[in-house]
Amino acid sequence: MAAPSAPPVPTVRGRRSGRRDDTRLALLFILPASIGLLVFYFWPLVRGIWLSFTSWDLLSPAEFVGLDNYREMVADPVFWNAVRVTLLYVVINIGLQTVVALVIAVLMQRLSRSTLLRSLVLAPYLVSNVVAALVFLWILDFQLGIGNQLLEWVGLERIGFFTSETWAIPTIAVVNVWRHMGYTALLIFAGLQAIPPTTYEAARVDGASEVRTFFGITLPLLRPILGLVLIISVIGSFQVFDTVAVTTNGGPVDASRVLQLYIYDKAFGQFDFGYASALSVAMLLILVVVTFFQYRMTRAGQTDLN
Amino acid sequence: MTETTTAPAAPTTVPAPETGTTAPPRRRRRRVTPGRVLAWAVMIIVLLVTLFPFYWMLRTALSSNGALYANSTSLLPVDFSWGGFERVFGLQSTEEAIAQGGSGASIDFWLYLRNSVVVATVVTACQVFFSAMAAYAFSRLRWRWRNAVFAVFLLSLMVPVIFTLLPNFVLVRELGLIDTLLGIMLPGLFMTPFAIFFLRQFFMNVSTEVEEAALIDGASKVRVFFSIIIPMSVGPIATIAILTYIGSWNDYFWPLMVSYTDDSRVLTVALGNFNAQTPQTGPDWAGLMAATLVAALPMILLFVVFARRIVNSIGFSGIK
Repeated sequence: MAAPSAPPVPTVRGRRSGRRDDTRLALLFILPASIGLLVFYFWPLVRGIWLSFTSWDLLSPAEFVGLDNYREMVADPVFWNAVRVTLLYVVINIGLQTVVALVIAVLMQRLSRSTLLRSLVLAPYLVSNVVAALVFLWILDFQLGIGNQLLEWVGLERIGFFTSETWAIPTIAVVNVWRHMGYTALLIFAGLQAIPPTTYEAARVDGASEVRTFFGITLPLLRPILGLVLIISVIGSFQVFDTVAVTTNGGPVDASRVLQLYIYDKAFGQFDFGYASALSVAMLLILVVVTFFQYRMTRAGQTDLN
Repeated sequence: MTETTTAPAAPTTVPAPETGTTAPPRRRRRRVTPGRVLAWAVMIIVLLVTLFPFYWMLRTALSSNGALYANSTSLLPVDFSWGGFERVFGLQSTEEAIAQGGSGASIDFWLYLRNSVVVATVVTACQVFFSAMAAYAFSRLRWRWRNAVFAVFLLSLMVPVIFTLLPNFVLVRELGLIDTLLGIMLPGLFMTPFAIFFLRQFFMNVSTEVEEAALIDGASKVRVFFSIIIPMSVGPIATIAILTYIGSWNDYFWPLMVSYTDDSRVLTVALGNFNAQTPQTGPDWAGLMAATLVAALPMILLFVVFARRIVNSIGFSGIK
């Protein structure tokens, strides 16, 4: 478009240079964001890794101790328990959440696209983890909670949802499913919208049933988006903290002491910042490995649509 | 935001009106099959599960705490009372509060509310503005290292925020900002990679014609940013602002690390404490539910006003 108007000015260097090259302005425009990036993303990354090789209680200067923290970590039963508990949480949380969200998304697509319906489904996402945790602490209270009253009416025994070693983690996982299922459903719903209607028409013409259409068309074509949604939600799931801190605070004993809570306890309960940093690095490594394998397995980067 | 996303697609979907005219009548005549009835039944169960806790919050908040212990199953408030809300806002005397099952501890709810509003507002305003500036540089300005620098920003998406919290706490402590609102706000003030990518997507789609015209008229690139790009992207900017506001309002872990006294305590942290301050007679469930409801209310109101925008944005933000 600029070519026809170019002849009067043969070289595009002169007056037009302002349009061609905005380096100075660009640097000014990215300055604040760059400060944020360097000071609050990259510097903490470097520093967090460095701190994991030190012994530091915040008061006296940090002391380099090499791999001591990591040696301690490998021999620390509470750490391994935290890893196990966190994994258990992630499996229950993600398994349930993905299935429920998929069902909701498909139902919304087949039944109604009304904004009202989608808004209602999203509602729990608006309240904080703390609020969600407190509400379920009340609903699932052993004595007075309506949840336990329901169990009794149905003829089952009351359950100490947050006070039993077996139930604490599944309960917390379900509370977070409640908060996030609508959000995840909307993500998947958007993915469903991206599937061209013509593929469905073809299936209908061929007389395929709803179930066959779902497994034969919807699910395979949804794979890249489902893969991305899984990666995002698994990363989030590993970092569970709020709900645990508010409801059980890791108990009973260590039954719900997830990794992030253990890190917090070490740092702010025992002021062992070096060890807490080593635990954080372990968490980081777990996230990197899990994300990498998920990405490979779901082939989230590729689409089957064309 | 729907305007900006559907506009470029419009020319390619010329045959759409034809299919559009035949589809609606077919849809209206859709028969009531057992499958659809079942599907609606499942959907209604989902909605019940989703919404029941909200109702239970309200029902409990409007009950007298003492009566809850006698009748915990009534679907309506038991022994209707505003006591829970009165305790939250400090409208009851200590004796009154204790008599009704409260802890009697003075809770400066208004202060926490104010702190939350300040933190969420300042973080949202700064973060969105600075992210928009960067997004503009990455989408509409021509400069040498644009792609390389953008790739570096992309990398930051892979740094889990949770890993940065501990070192950031150390930094905020060194800056002497522990237990201040500024300390809580600081790490979020400058940008999030997500906001930059989100806005960049939309800025790239803004038509170049208006921009070219303005530039030919002698407008500067700065002027283009403020008087063309921003006004034409009000939708996406509002969307990311609302999402940021909700996220900031609901944040718990980071403020928990930084705030120690009422000076900087935000609502989420105050609520988290509420559970620990249980009076000996048993928790003040009515007061607690009233507090959670009041804490959630601003977000619910925001949502009621912007529901369409938020709901529609989630799909796009998730994919792009």
